[in-house]
Amino acid sequence: MNTILKIIKYELRDVIRSKWILIYFAFLFMITEGMFQFSGSSSKVLLSMINIVLILIPIITISYGIIYMYSSREFTEMLLAQPINRKTLFTGLYSGLALPLSIAYIVGIGIPFIFHGVEENTQIPILSILLLSGIALTFVFTSLAVLISLSSDDKVKGLGIGIFVWLFMAVVYDGALLFGSYLLSEYPLEKPMVGMTMLNPIDLARVLLMLKFDISALMGYTGAIFKKFFGSPIGMLFSTAMLLLWIIVPYQIAKRIFVRKDF
Amino acid sequence: MIKIEGINKSFGKLHILKDINLEIENGKTTAIIGPNGSGKTTLIKIVLGLMESDSGKIFVNEINIKKGVGYKNLIGSMPQIARFPENLRVGELLEMIKDLRSRKNGVDKELFELFKLEQEINKKLGALSGGTRQRVNAALAFLFNPDILILDEPTAGLDPISSSALKDKILKEQRNGKTIVITSHILSDIEELAENIVFILEGKIIYSGTVKALIEEKGKRNLERTIASLMESNGNEHNS
Repeated sequence: MNTILKIIKYELRDVIRSKWILIYFAFLFMITEGMFQFSGSSSKVLLSMINIVLILIPIITISYGIIYMYSSREFTEMLLAQPINRKTLFTGLYSGLALPLSIAYIVGIGIPFIFHGVEENTQIPILSILLLSGIALTFVFTSLAVLISLSSDDKVKGLGIGIFVWLFMAVVYDGALLFGSYLLSEYPLEKPMVGMTMLNPIDLARVLLMLKFDISALMGYTGAIFKKFFGSPIGMLFSTAMLLLWIIVPYQIAKRIFVRKDF
Repeated sequence: MIKIEGINKSFGKLHILKDINLEIENGKTTAIIGPNGSGKTTLIKIVLGLMESDSGKIFVNEINIKKGVGYKNLIGSMPQIARFPENLRVGELLEMIKDLRSRKNGVDKELFELFKLEQEINKKLGALSGGTRQRVNAALAFLFNPDILILDEPTAGLDPISSSALKDKILKEQRNGKTIVITSHILSDIEELAENIVFILEGKIIYSGTVKALIEEKGKRNLERTIASLMESNGNEHNS
Protein backbone atom coordinates (compact mmCIF):
# COMPACT_ATOMS: atom_id res chain seq x y z
CA MET A 1 0.00 0.00 0.00
CA ASN A 2 2.75 2.35 1.04
CA THR A 3 4.62 1.72 -2.19
CA ILE A 4 1.47 2.35 -4.24
CA LEU A 5 1.08 5.76 -2.61
CA LYS A 6 4.70 6.61 -3.32
CA ILE A 7 4.33 5.67 -6.99
CA ILE A 8 1.12 7.70 -7.25
CA LYS A 9 2.83 10.67 -5.61
CA TYR A 10 5.64 10.82 -8.15
CA GLU A 11 3.46 9.94 -11.10
CA LEU A 12 1.08 12.76 -10.13
CA ARG A 13 3.93 15.24 -10.25
CA ASP A 14 4.79 13.97 -13.69
CA VAL A 15 1.17 13.97 -14.93
CA ILE A 16 0.21 17.34 -13.52
CA ARG A 17 3.22 19.03 -15.08
CA SER A 18 2.30 17.60 -18.46
CA LYS A 19 -0.24 20.48 -18.68
CA TRP A 20 -2.89 18.38 -20.45
CA ILE A 21 -4.66 17.75 -17.18
CA LEU A 22 -4.70 21.48 -16.51
CA ILE A 23 -6.08 22.19 -19.96
CA TYR A 24 -8.78 19.56 -19.38
CA PHE A 25 -9.67 21.16 -16.08
CA ALA A 26 -9.71 24.68 -17.55
CA PHE A 27 -11.87 23.54 -20.47
CA LEU A 28 -14.50 21.91 -18.23
CA PHE A 29 -14.45 24.91 -15.92
CA MET A 30 -14.93 27.40 -18.74
CA ILE A 31 -17.75 25.41 -20.35
CA THR A 32 -19.65 25.09 -17.08
CA GLU A 33 -19.03 28.68 -16.10
CA GLY A 34 -19.93 29.87 -19.60
CA MET A 35 -23.23 28.02 -19.48
CA PHE A 36 -24.07 29.63 -16.18
CA GLN A 37 -23.33 33.03 -17.71
CA PHE A 38 -25.47 32.41 -20.80
CA SER A 39 -28.44 30.51 -19.46
CA GLY A 40 -28.42 31.60 -15.85
CA SER A 41 -30.45 28.60 -14.69
CA SER A 42 -28.79 25.65 -13.01
CA SER A 43 -31.32 23.17 -14.39
CA LYS A 44 -30.40 24.10 -17.96
CA VAL A 45 -26.72 23.89 -17.13
CA LEU A 46 -27.18 20.43 -15.65
CA LEU A 47 -29.04 19.26 -18.74
CA SER A 48 -26.33 20.53 -21.07
CA MET A 49 -23.66 18.93 -18.96
CA ILE A 50 -25.06 15.46 -19.78
CA ASN A 51 -23.74 15.71 -23.30
CA ILE A 52 -20.41 17.04 -22.12
CA VAL A 53 -20.07 14.13 -19.74
CA LEU A 54 -21.14 11.52 -22.27
CA ILE A 55 -19.02 12.69 -25.18
CA LEU A 56 -16.07 14.56 -23.75
CA ILE A 57 -15.04 12.37 -20.83
CA PRO A 58 -14.70 9.13 -22.82
CA ILE A 59 -12.71 10.64 -25.70
CA ILE A 60 -10.42 12.75 -23.50
CA THR A 61 -9.82 9.93 -21.03
CA ILE A 62 -9.12 7.25 -23.61
CA SER A 63 -6.83 9.36 -25.79
CA TYR A 64 -4.96 10.97 -22.91
CA GLY A 65 -4.71 7.61 -21.12
CA ILE A 66 -3.25 5.89 -24.16
CA ILE A 67 -0.77 8.67 -24.91
CA TYR A 68 0.30 8.80 -21.28
CA MET A 69 0.77 5.04 -21.04
CA TYR A 70 3.05 5.04 -24.06
CA SER A 71 5.07 8.00 -22.89
CA SER A 72 5.40 6.56 -19.38
CA ARG A 73 7.13 3.46 -20.70
CA GLU A 74 10.38 5.01 -19.45
CA PHE A 75 8.96 5.55 -16.00
CA THR A 76 7.73 1.97 -15.92
CA GLU A 77 11.01 0.49 -17.13
CA MET A 78 13.01 2.47 -14.62
CA LEU A 79 10.76 1.47 -11.74
CA LEU A 80 10.83 -2.19 -12.78
CA ALA A 81 14.59 -2.25 -12.16
CA GLN A 82 13.86 -1.17 -8.58
CA PRO A 83 12.51 -3.54 -5.93
CA ILE A 84 8.85 -3.02 -6.80
CA ASN A 85 6.27 -5.69 -7.34
CA ARG A 86 4.72 -5.53 -10.81
CA LYS A 87 1.17 -5.69 -9.47
CA THR A 88 1.88 -2.81 -7.11
CA LEU A 89 3.39 -0.81 -9.93
CA PHE A 90 0.35 -1.44 -12.11
CA THR A 91 -2.06 -0.27 -9.42
CA GLY A 92 0.10 2.82 -8.93
CA LEU A 93 0.18 3.59 -12.65
CA TYR A 94 -3.56 3.14 -13.03
CA SER A 95 -4.45 5.27 -10.04
CA GLY A 96 -1.95 7.93 -11.04
CA LEU A 97 -3.88 8.23 -14.29
CA ALA A 98 -7.50 7.83 -13.19
CA LEU A 99 -7.31 10.02 -10.08
CA PRO A 100 -6.02 13.26 -11.63
CA LEU A 101 -8.52 12.92 -14.50
CA SER A 102 -11.37 12.45 -12.00
CA ILE A 103 -10.17 15.34 -9.86
CA ALA A 104 -9.88 17.65 -12.88
CA TYR A 105 -13.45 16.72 -13.79
CA ILE A 106 -14.97 17.16 -10.32
CA VAL A 107 -13.17 20.42 -9.65
CA GLY A 108 -13.76 21.80 -13.14
CA ILE A 109 -17.50 21.22 -12.95
CA GLY A 110 -17.86 21.61 -9.19
CA ILE A 111 -16.40 25.12 -8.76
CA PRO A 112 -18.99 26.90 -10.94
CA PHE A 113 -21.78 25.03 -9.14
CA ILE A 114 -20.37 26.10 -5.78
CA PHE A 115 -20.19 29.72 -6.99
CA HIS A 116 -23.67 29.87 -8.45
CA GLY A 117 -25.45 27.29 -6.34
CA VAL A 118 -28.47 25.27 -7.48
CA GLU A 119 -32.00 26.66 -7.67
CA GLU A 120 -33.76 23.82 -5.91
CA ASN A 121 -32.53 21.24 -3.49
CA THR A 122 -33.94 18.50 -5.73
CA GLN A 123 -31.12 19.24 -8.16
CA ILE A 124 -28.49 18.15 -5.67
CA PRO A 125 -29.03 14.42 -6.27
CA ILE A 126 -28.96 15.12 -10.01
CA LEU A 127 -25.65 16.90 -9.66
CA SER A 128 -24.27 14.03 -7.60
CA ILE A 129 -25.36 11.49 -10.22
CA LEU A 130 -23.75 13.66 -12.87
CA LEU A 131 -20.48 13.75 -10.95
CA LEU A 132 -20.59 10.06 -10.04
CA SER A 133 -21.34 8.83 -13.54
CA GLY A 134 -18.59 11.10 -14.86
CA ILE A 135 -16.12 9.51 -12.46
CA ALA A 136 -17.37 6.04 -13.39
CA LEU A 137 -16.85 6.83 -17.09
CA THR A 138 -13.37 8.17 -16.34
CA PHE A 139 -12.44 4.90 -14.65
CA VAL A 140 -14.04 2.77 -17.41
CA PHE A 141 -12.11 4.55 -20.14
CA THR A 142 -8.89 4.61 -18.14
CA SER A 143 -9.17 0.82 -17.86
CA LEU A 144 -9.77 0.54 -21.58
CA ALA A 145 -6.90 2.93 -22.36
CA VAL A 146 -4.48 0.97 -20.20
CA LEU A 147 -5.62 -2.31 -21.74
CA ILE A 148 -5.28 -1.03 -25.31
CA SER A 149 -1.84 0.50 -24.75
CA LEU A 150 -0.52 -2.69 -23.19
CA SER A 151 -1.94 -4.87 -25.98
CA SER A 152 -0.04 -3.10 -28.72
CA ASP A 153 3.51 -1.77 -28.71
CA ASP A 154 2.76 0.50 -31.64
CA LYS A 155 1.72 3.95 -30.42
CA VAL A 156 -0.16 4.95 -33.56
CA LYS A 157 -2.04 1.65 -33.69
CA GLY A 158 -2.94 1.95 -30.00
CA LEU A 159 -4.30 5.44 -30.39
CA GLY A 160 -6.20 4.36 -33.50
CA ILE A 161 -7.85 1.48 -31.64
CA GLY A 162 -8.69 3.84 -28.77
CA ILE A 163 -10.43 6.34 -31.03
CA PHE A 164 -12.25 3.52 -32.79
CA VAL A 165 -13.49 2.13 -29.46
CA TRP A 166 -14.74 5.57 -28.49
CA LEU A 167 -16.41 6.12 -31.86
CA PHE A 168 -18.05 2.73 -31.65
CA MET A 169 -19.43 3.22 -28.16
CA ALA A 170 -20.41 6.86 -28.52
CA VAL A 171 -21.85 6.84 -32.04
CA VAL A 172 -21.88 3.59 -34.00
CA TYR A 173 -23.45 1.43 -31.29
CA ASP A 174 -26.49 3.69 -30.89
CA GLY A 175 -26.88 4.00 -34.63
CA ALA A 176 -26.77 0.24 -35.08
CA LEU A 177 -29.24 -0.22 -32.24
CA LEU A 178 -31.60 2.29 -33.80
CA PHE A 179 -31.27 0.69 -37.22
CA GLY A 180 -31.87 -2.75 -35.74
CA SER A 181 -34.97 -1.63 -33.90
CA TYR A 182 -36.26 -0.01 -37.09
CA LEU A 183 -35.76 -3.23 -39.07
CA LEU A 184 -37.40 -5.33 -36.38
CA SER A 185 -40.05 -2.82 -35.45
CA GLU A 186 -42.78 -5.47 -35.71
CA TYR A 187 -41.44 -7.31 -32.72
CA PRO A 188 -41.55 -6.34 -29.04
CA LEU A 189 -37.99 -5.08 -28.59
CA GLU A 190 -38.14 -3.22 -25.31
CA LYS A 191 -36.53 -5.90 -23.21
CA PRO A 192 -33.68 -6.71 -25.62
CA MET A 193 -33.12 -2.95 -25.86
CA VAL A 194 -32.68 -2.76 -22.11
CA GLY A 195 -30.17 -5.60 -22.37
CA MET A 196 -28.29 -4.01 -25.25
CA THR A 197 -28.08 -0.70 -23.41
CA MET A 198 -26.41 -2.43 -20.48
CA LEU A 199 -23.60 -3.58 -22.75
CA ASN A 200 -22.38 -0.08 -23.54
CA PRO A 201 -20.98 1.99 -20.66
CA ILE A 202 -21.78 5.31 -22.34
CA ASP A 203 -25.40 4.23 -22.87
CA LEU A 204 -25.61 3.06 -19.28
CA ALA A 205 -24.48 6.42 -18.01
CA ARG A 206 -26.83 8.17 -20.42
CA VAL A 207 -29.85 6.20 -19.23
CA LEU A 208 -28.97 6.76 -15.58
CA LEU A 209 -28.74 10.51 -16.19
CA MET A 210 -31.88 10.73 -18.35
CA LEU A 211 -33.97 9.02 -15.71
CA LYS A 212 -32.78 11.41 -13.03
CA PHE A 213 -33.80 14.32 -15.22
CA ASP A 214 -37.29 12.95 -15.67
CA ILE A 215 -37.14 13.44 -19.40
CA SER A 216 -37.63 9.77 -20.19
CA ALA A 217 -41.12 10.66 -21.35
CA LEU A 218 -39.43 12.05 -24.44
CA MET A 219 -38.42 8.54 -25.36
CA GLY A 220 -41.99 7.31 -25.59
CA TYR A 221 -42.97 3.76 -24.77
CA THR A 222 -39.36 2.53 -24.64
CA GLY A 223 -38.68 5.29 -22.16
CA ALA A 224 -41.44 3.98 -19.95
CA ILE A 225 -39.96 0.50 -20.02
CA PHE A 226 -36.53 1.95 -19.30
CA LYS A 227 -37.91 3.95 -16.41
CA LYS A 228 -39.63 0.89 -15.05
CA PHE A 229 -36.42 -1.13 -15.17
CA PHE A 230 -33.64 1.37 -14.51
CA GLY A 231 -35.78 3.41 -12.11
CA SER A 232 -36.33 0.42 -9.85
CA PRO A 233 -33.83 -0.35 -7.10
CA ILE A 234 -32.88 -3.62 -8.80
CA GLY A 235 -32.35 -1.87 -12.11
CA MET A 236 -30.18 0.78 -10.47
CA LEU A 237 -28.18 -1.89 -8.70
CA PHE A 238 -27.84 -3.86 -11.90
CA SER A 239 -26.67 -0.95 -13.99
CA THR A 240 -24.22 0.19 -11.31
CA ALA A 241 -22.86 -3.36 -11.22
CA MET A 242 -22.50 -3.32 -15.00
CA LEU A 243 -20.55 -0.05 -14.88
CA LEU A 244 -18.29 -1.55 -12.21
CA LEU A 245 -17.75 -4.60 -14.43
CA TRP A 246 -16.76 -2.26 -17.24
CA ILE A 247 -14.09 -0.88 -14.93
CA ILE A 248 -12.90 -4.14 -13.38
CA VAL A 249 -12.79 -6.54 -16.35
CA PRO A 250 -10.48 -4.48 -18.60
CA TYR A 251 -8.46 -3.54 -15.51
CA GLN A 252 -7.85 -7.17 -14.60
CA ILE A 253 -7.00 -8.22 -18.15
CA ALA A 254 -4.56 -5.30 -18.44
CA LYS A 255 -3.00 -6.25 -15.10
CA ARG A 256 -2.44 -9.82 -16.30
CA ILE A 257 -0.76 -8.55 -19.46
CA PHE A 258 1.37 -6.10 -17.45
CA VAL A 259 2.61 -8.74 -15.01
CA ARG A 260 3.84 -10.93 -17.88
CA LYS A 261 5.06 -8.28 -20.29
CA ASP A 262 8.65 -8.00 -21.51
CA PHE A 263 10.05 -4.49 -21.23
CA MET B 1 26.88 -14.33 -6.89
CA ILE B 2 24.62 -14.57 -9.88
CA LYS B 3 23.92 -18.07 -11.11
CA ILE B 4 22.17 -18.53 -14.42
CA GLU B 5 20.83 -21.99 -15.23
CA GLY B 6 19.50 -23.06 -18.60
CA ILE B 7 17.97 -19.78 -19.68
CA ASN B 8 16.04 -19.76 -22.96
CA LYS B 9 14.27 -16.80 -24.48
CA SER B 10 12.46 -16.39 -27.77
CA PHE B 11 10.66 -13.48 -29.36
CA GLY B 12 8.25 -15.11 -31.74
CA LYS B 13 10.39 -17.26 -34.04
CA LEU B 14 13.64 -15.60 -33.00
CA HIS B 15 15.48 -17.74 -30.50
CA ILE B 16 17.55 -15.05 -28.76
CA LEU B 17 19.08 -16.95 -25.83
CA LYS B 18 19.85 -20.64 -26.22
CA ASP B 19 20.32 -22.56 -23.00
CA ILE B 20 22.57 -20.07 -21.21
CA ASN B 21 24.45 -21.43 -18.18
CA LEU B 22 26.68 -19.00 -16.37
CA GLU B 23 28.11 -18.23 -12.98
CA ILE B 24 29.15 -14.70 -12.19
CA GLU B 25 31.71 -14.76 -9.42
CA ASN B 26 31.39 -12.68 -6.30
CA GLY B 27 33.71 -9.73 -5.91
CA LYS B 28 34.93 -9.88 -9.50
CA THR B 29 34.22 -7.93 -12.62
CA THR B 30 32.77 -9.90 -15.48
CA ALA B 31 32.46 -8.48 -18.97
CA ILE B 32 29.78 -9.80 -21.27
CA ILE B 33 30.64 -9.16 -24.91
CA GLY B 34 29.28 -10.12 -28.26
CA PRO B 35 28.12 -8.50 -31.49
CA ASN B 36 24.91 -6.48 -31.72
CA GLY B 37 21.84 -8.64 -31.38
CA SER B 38 23.70 -11.51 -29.73
CA GLY B 39 21.45 -11.36 -26.64
CA LYS B 40 23.57 -9.49 -24.08
CA THR B 41 20.96 -6.91 -23.20
CA THR B 42 18.19 -9.51 -23.18
CA LEU B 43 20.19 -11.57 -20.67
CA ILE B 44 20.69 -8.51 -18.45
CA LYS B 45 17.02 -7.59 -18.69
CA ILE B 46 16.07 -11.10 -17.59
CA VAL B 47 18.40 -10.87 -14.58
CA LEU B 48 16.86 -7.50 -13.71
CA GLY B 49 13.34 -8.88 -14.05
CA LEU B 50 12.37 -6.61 -16.94
CA MET B 51 11.82 -9.66 -19.09
CA GLU B 52 10.80 -13.15 -18.22
CA SER B 53 12.71 -16.15 -19.55
CA ASP B 54 10.86 -18.99 -21.26
CA SER B 55 12.68 -21.55 -19.16
CA GLY B 56 15.56 -21.77 -16.72
CA LYS B 57 16.36 -20.29 -13.35
CA ILE B 58 18.39 -17.40 -12.03
CA PHE B 59 19.75 -17.15 -8.51
CA VAL B 60 21.10 -13.94 -7.02
CA ASN B 61 22.95 -14.72 -3.80
CA GLU B 62 21.32 -18.16 -3.72
CA ILE B 63 17.80 -16.70 -3.95
CA ASN B 64 15.65 -17.56 -6.97
CA ILE B 65 14.67 -14.24 -8.51
CA LYS B 66 11.14 -15.46 -9.16
CA LYS B 67 10.59 -15.64 -5.40
CA GLY B 68 10.19 -11.88 -5.07
CA VAL B 69 11.56 -8.48 -5.94
CA GLY B 70 13.66 -8.00 -2.80
CA TYR B 71 16.84 -9.07 -4.59
CA LYS B 72 16.73 -5.84 -6.61
CA ASN B 73 17.77 -4.01 -3.44
CA LEU B 74 21.18 -5.65 -3.92
CA ILE B 75 21.57 -4.50 -7.51
CA GLY B 76 22.38 -1.13 -8.97
CA SER B 77 21.77 -1.11 -12.70
CA MET B 78 22.59 1.20 -15.53
CA PRO B 79 20.47 0.48 -18.62
CA GLN B 80 21.87 1.02 -22.08
CA ILE B 81 19.44 3.80 -22.90
CA ALA B 82 18.54 6.09 -20.03
CA ARG B 83 14.79 6.40 -19.82
CA PHE B 84 13.37 8.81 -17.29
CA PRO B 85 9.99 10.42 -16.61
CA GLU B 86 10.34 13.63 -18.62
CA ASN B 87 8.55 16.04 -16.32
CA LEU B 88 10.33 15.15 -13.09
CA ARG B 89 13.36 17.10 -11.95
CA VAL B 90 16.68 15.39 -11.31
CA GLY B 91 16.30 15.98 -7.57
CA GLU B 92 12.82 14.46 -7.52
CA LEU B 93 14.02 11.38 -9.36
CA LEU B 94 16.71 10.85 -6.73
CA GLU B 95 14.18 11.33 -3.97
CA MET B 96 11.79 8.87 -5.60
CA ILE B 97 14.34 6.09 -5.96
CA LYS B 98 15.58 6.71 -2.43
CA ASP B 99 11.98 6.39 -1.29
CA LEU B 100 11.50 3.08 -3.07
CA ARG B 101 14.66 1.27 -2.04
CA SER B 102 15.89 -0.05 1.23
CA ARG B 103 19.12 1.80 1.92
CA LYS B 104 21.05 -0.54 4.14
CA ASN B 105 24.38 0.40 2.54
CA GLY B 106 23.78 4.12 2.83
CA VAL B 107 24.01 6.64 0.01
CA ASP B 108 27.06 7.13 -2.17
CA LYS B 109 27.02 10.51 -3.90
CA GLU B 110 30.59 10.39 -5.18
CA LEU B 111 29.65 10.08 -8.84
CA PHE B 112 27.16 12.93 -8.51
CA GLU B 113 29.96 15.14 -7.34
CA LEU B 114 32.45 13.88 -9.93
CA PHE B 115 29.91 14.47 -12.68
CA LYS B 116 28.99 17.90 -11.25
CA LEU B 117 25.31 16.92 -11.27
CA GLU B 118 24.44 19.04 -8.24
CA GLN B 119 24.05 22.03 -10.53
CA GLU B 120 21.50 20.15 -12.66
CA ILE B 121 19.37 19.13 -9.70
CA ASN B 122 16.48 21.49 -10.51
CA LYS B 123 16.37 20.74 -14.22
CA LYS B 124 13.67 18.59 -15.71
CA LEU B 125 14.88 15.24 -16.96
CA GLY B 126 13.30 15.85 -20.36
CA ALA B 127 15.42 18.98 -20.80
CA LEU B 128 18.77 17.26 -20.19
CA SER B 129 21.23 16.63 -23.00
CA GLY B 130 22.00 13.04 -23.99
CA GLY B 131 25.35 13.02 -22.22
CA THR B 132 23.92 14.49 -19.02
CA ARG B 133 21.18 11.88 -19.02
CA GLN B 134 23.79 9.19 -19.30
CA ARG B 135 25.69 10.72 -16.39
CA VAL B 136 22.54 10.76 -14.26
CA ASN B 137 21.96 7.17 -15.34
CA ALA B 138 25.44 6.13 -14.18
CA ALA B 139 25.26 8.06 -10.92
CA LEU B 140 21.92 6.39 -10.10
CA ALA B 141 23.40 2.92 -10.47
CA PHE B 142 26.05 3.68 -7.83
CA LEU B 143 23.81 5.78 -5.58
CA PHE B 144 22.85 3.13 -3.06
CA ASN B 145 26.22 1.51 -2.77
CA PRO B 146 24.81 -1.81 -4.03
CA ASP B 147 26.67 -5.12 -3.69
CA ILE B 148 26.11 -5.93 -7.36
CA LEU B 149 26.48 -3.49 -10.24
CA ILE B 150 25.08 -4.26 -13.68
CA LEU B 151 26.25 -1.77 -16.29
CA ASP B 152 25.02 -2.04 -19.87
CA GLU B 153 27.46 -0.14 -22.10
CA PRO B 154 28.30 2.38 -19.38
CA THR B 155 30.77 4.53 -21.30
CA ALA B 156 28.72 4.90 -24.48
CA GLY B 157 27.70 8.51 -25.01
CA LEU B 158 29.97 9.94 -22.33
CA ASP B 159 32.65 12.53 -22.99
CA PRO B 160 36.26 11.46 -22.24
CA ILE B 161 36.35 13.23 -18.86
CA SER B 162 33.13 11.63 -17.61
CA SER B 163 34.06 8.31 -19.14
CA SER B 164 37.37 8.16 -17.30
CA ALA B 165 35.73 9.38 -14.08
CA LEU B 166 33.26 6.53 -14.40
CA LYS B 167 36.02 3.99 -15.04
CA ASP B 168 37.90 5.23 -11.98
CA LYS B 169 34.75 4.76 -9.95
CA ILE B 170 34.30 1.23 -11.29
CA LEU B 171 37.91 0.38 -10.38
CA LYS B 172 37.38 1.83 -6.92
CA GLU B 173 34.25 -0.27 -6.35
CA GLN B 174 36.20 -3.31 -7.55
CA ARG B 175 38.68 -2.76 -4.77
CA ASN B 176 35.73 -2.51 -2.37
CA GLY B 177 34.85 -6.06 -3.38
CA LYS B 178 31.76 -5.34 -5.46
CA THR B 179 30.46 -7.81 -8.00
CA ILE B 180 30.30 -6.01 -11.33
CA VAL B 181 28.79 -7.08 -14.64
CA ILE B 182 29.59 -4.91 -17.61
CA THR B 183 28.85 -5.03 -21.32
CA SER B 184 30.74 -2.95 -23.81
CA HIS B 185 31.91 -2.81 -27.38
CA ILE B 186 34.99 -0.88 -26.37
CA LEU B 187 37.45 -3.71 -25.83
CA SER B 188 40.17 -1.51 -24.37
CA ASP B 189 37.72 -0.59 -21.58
CA ILE B 190 37.12 -4.26 -20.90
CA GLU B 191 40.82 -5.04 -20.85
CA GLU B 192 41.22 -2.27 -18.31
CA LEU B 193 38.26 -3.15 -16.11
CA ALA B 194 37.31 -6.80 -16.33
CA GLU B 195 38.91 -9.92 -14.95
CA ASN B 196 36.45 -12.44 -16.36
CA ILE B 197 34.96 -12.44 -19.79
CA VAL B 198 31.90 -14.08 -21.31
CA PHE B 199 31.55 -14.10 -25.05
CA ILE B 200 28.06 -14.56 -26.46
CA LEU B 201 27.44 -15.24 -30.12
CA GLU B 202 23.94 -15.77 -31.54
CA GLY B 203 22.52 -16.53 -28.12
CA LYS B 204 25.15 -19.08 -27.10
CA ILE B 205 28.12 -18.74 -24.79
CA ILE B 206 31.26 -19.31 -26.86
CA TYR B 207 33.78 -18.56 -24.15
CA SER B 208 33.66 -18.03 -20.42
CA GLY B 209 36.80 -17.56 -18.33
CA THR B 210 39.44 -15.01 -17.48
CA VAL B 211 40.52 -12.36 -19.97
CA LYS B 212 44.18 -13.31 -19.46
CA ALA B 213 43.62 -17.00 -20.22
CA LEU B 214 41.68 -16.14 -23.36
CA ILE B 215 44.44 -13.94 -24.75
CA GLU B 216 47.10 -16.54 -23.92
CA GLU B 217 45.07 -19.36 -25.39
CA LYS B 218 44.70 -17.59 -28.71
CA GLY B 219 48.27 -16.28 -28.64
CA LYS B 220 47.33 -12.80 -29.79
CA ARG B 221 48.68 -9.44 -28.81
CA ASN B 222 45.55 -7.90 -27.26
CA LEU B 223 41.90 -8.54 -26.57
CA GLU B 224 40.68 -6.96 -29.77
CA ARG B 225 42.69 -9.33 -31.98
CA THR B 226 41.75 -12.25 -29.77
CA ILE B 227 38.05 -11.52 -30.07
CA ALA B 228 38.38 -10.99 -33.83
CA SER B 229 40.00 -14.40 -34.23
CA LEU B 230 37.41 -15.96 -31.94
CA MET B 231 34.61 -14.52 -34.06
CA GLU B 232 36.33 -15.60 -37.28
CA SER B 233 36.82 -19.18 -36.19
CA ASN B 234 33.21 -19.43 -35.05
CA GLY B 235 32.01 -17.77 -38.22
CA ASN B 236 33.94 -20.40 -40.22
CA GLU B 237 32.36 -23.21 -38.23
CA HIS B 238 28.94 -21.85 -39.13
CA ASN B 239 29.83 -21.66 -42.80
CA SER B 240 31.39 -25.09 -43.13
